[in-house]
Amino acid sequence: MEVSVIRAGMLTTVQDLGRRGHLAEGVPMGGAADPFALRVANLLVGNPEDSPGLEITLTGPELEFSEAGWVAVCGARFEGMPAWRPFHVEAGGRLRFGRLLQGCRAFLSVSGGFDVEPVLGGRGTFPAAGLGGFQGRALRGGDILKSSPSRGAPTGHWSIDERILPHYSNEPGVRVVPGLHAGDYGDALHSGRFEVTLESSRMGIRLSGPRLMRPGGGDLVSAAVAPGTIQVPPDGNPIVLMADAQTLGGYPRVAHVIAADLPLVAQLAPGDSLRFVRTTLAEAHALVHAREHNLGLLRQGLAEKIRPA
Amino acid sequence: MKLEPLGDSAVVATLGSGIDPATLASVLRCAEAVAAARGKGIVDVVPAYSTVTVFYDPAQFSPSAGDAFDQVCRFVSSCAARERGRAREATGRTVDIPVCYGGDLGPDLGLVAERAGMEEAAAAALHCGADYLVYAIGFAPGFPYLGGLPAALHTPRRDTPRSRVAAGSVGIAGGQTGVYPLESPGGWQIVGRTPLALFSAARKPAALLVPGDRVRFREISKAEFDSWK
Repeated sequence: MEVSVIRAGMLTTVQDLGRRGHLAEGVPMGGAADPFALRVANLLVGNPEDSPGLEITLTGPELEFSEAGWVAVCGARFEGMPAWRPFHVEAGGRLRFGRLLQGCRAFLSVSGGFDVEPVLGGRGTFPAAGLGGFQGRALRGGDILKSSPSRGAPTGHWSIDERILPHYSNEPGVRVVPGLHAGDYGDALHSGRFEVTLESSRMGIRLSGPRLMRPGGGDLVSAAVAPGTIQVPPDGNPIVLMADAQTLGGYPRVAHVIAADLPLVAQLAPGDSLRFVRTTLAEAHALVHAREHNLGLLRQGLAEKIRPA
Repeated sequence: MKLEPLGDSAVVATLGSGIDPATLASVLRCAEAVAAARGKGIVDVVPAYSTVTVFYDPAQFSPSAGDAFDQVCRFVSSCAARERGRAREATGRTVDIPVCYGGDLGPDLGLVAERAGMEEAAAAALHCGADYLVYAIGFAPGFPYLGGLPAALHTPRRDTPRSRVAAGSVGIAGGQTGVYPLESPGGWQIVGRTPLALFSAARKPAALLVPGDRVRFREISKAEFDSWK
């Protein structure tokens, strides 16, 4: 099947679940900013959960499908767009996204997954280096994407158990574990709400709110950072690093957003706010296992609902 | 060796406090041992200066076997213990990087030379005369952080970063020097440009340099620079 991009939307890129093994070369993990939403979108249309889908930011694209197929859109909700369930598109049919209702990033999967070449072990787009995805860049009007052969088609009437979805909100409490330099900042990270600023991107969500000032300061030796790391530059405004963040950082790390809650941050748009809630490493790991358990139940349930092609 | 969590999916092993070749050698030995052991659930390893950061997938550690962080720490400790004492002189590689200094390709050479109290040609010769060691790759794909810059050339970053620095630009920031592999914004003082590609996704490995490599810059003329293209 071919999917023609009629209008691309603000920032639409092909993303998968990221690269492994290239951090030491300075190549970020990349991949979907909200991996949970992409995994579910893929499962709903019968794809392996790491298949490449589209990451859609704030405004949706308009797409035309050359053949009939199945589509799922998860994560951010748009007017007129079914969410968290597969729907059928006709040959020659067009898909239009209405106004954004909730969240920031939606993930669209087509049955079969988008067919793009792997680059450095990943199919996701890293535009800063012009690599991966569709020609190493965000989609533009006139692009034509190909999808791989479908592996199955959903049957019957059913819906996903919404209890397994992250508690998306435009003012969430986001759980963090302390960073190496947490002690330098006292209680400042937990003293109020932070607002997401316009300078936010797939590299980092930049926040404004209570200033995080560090007594003394001094230079740090650069070391690895990760998606979820909260760095504090000298101006005191924290940055939550996201999928495309640089691999090394030299700013103090006050805390880290836990993996289970990173989707909540990925769904924040400029103007939304969040507060940080302390948790423990044990709780963070328990939440990862709970998420995997829920996805396991979803996979089991879908095994009966998706007829193999 | 100090082991600490970096969030819920990585462990940082700190093997020293400073920026020195001996610490880097221990870091590289440890990172190599961790990578070679291919431990279950270990997804990536990043050596940089005095740390080795080991990324893991918590989903792959059964809760019944105990805490994932403790398991990864034990794994990293055992890898490091096995390697300790084994002689290793960085990578043993020296990479020659041709650079055309000054002019349009190195617009900040004048400032760097002025601060050092010397002519541009002398500053370029000083930059070329030193031996550099790659302490880390980061900031951008393939970007080497090089130690060994002669003290006279130490220059703070630009007050206002450039919105566009060309690929191949050789820069100075404080006591560090490095090379921009890709066009990007940047605040380093640009003294020259190399025609070599420091990063190419089509190449294996994609990054020209790895931590532990030694680097020598070699001055080339504008004509030679142009002939590389």
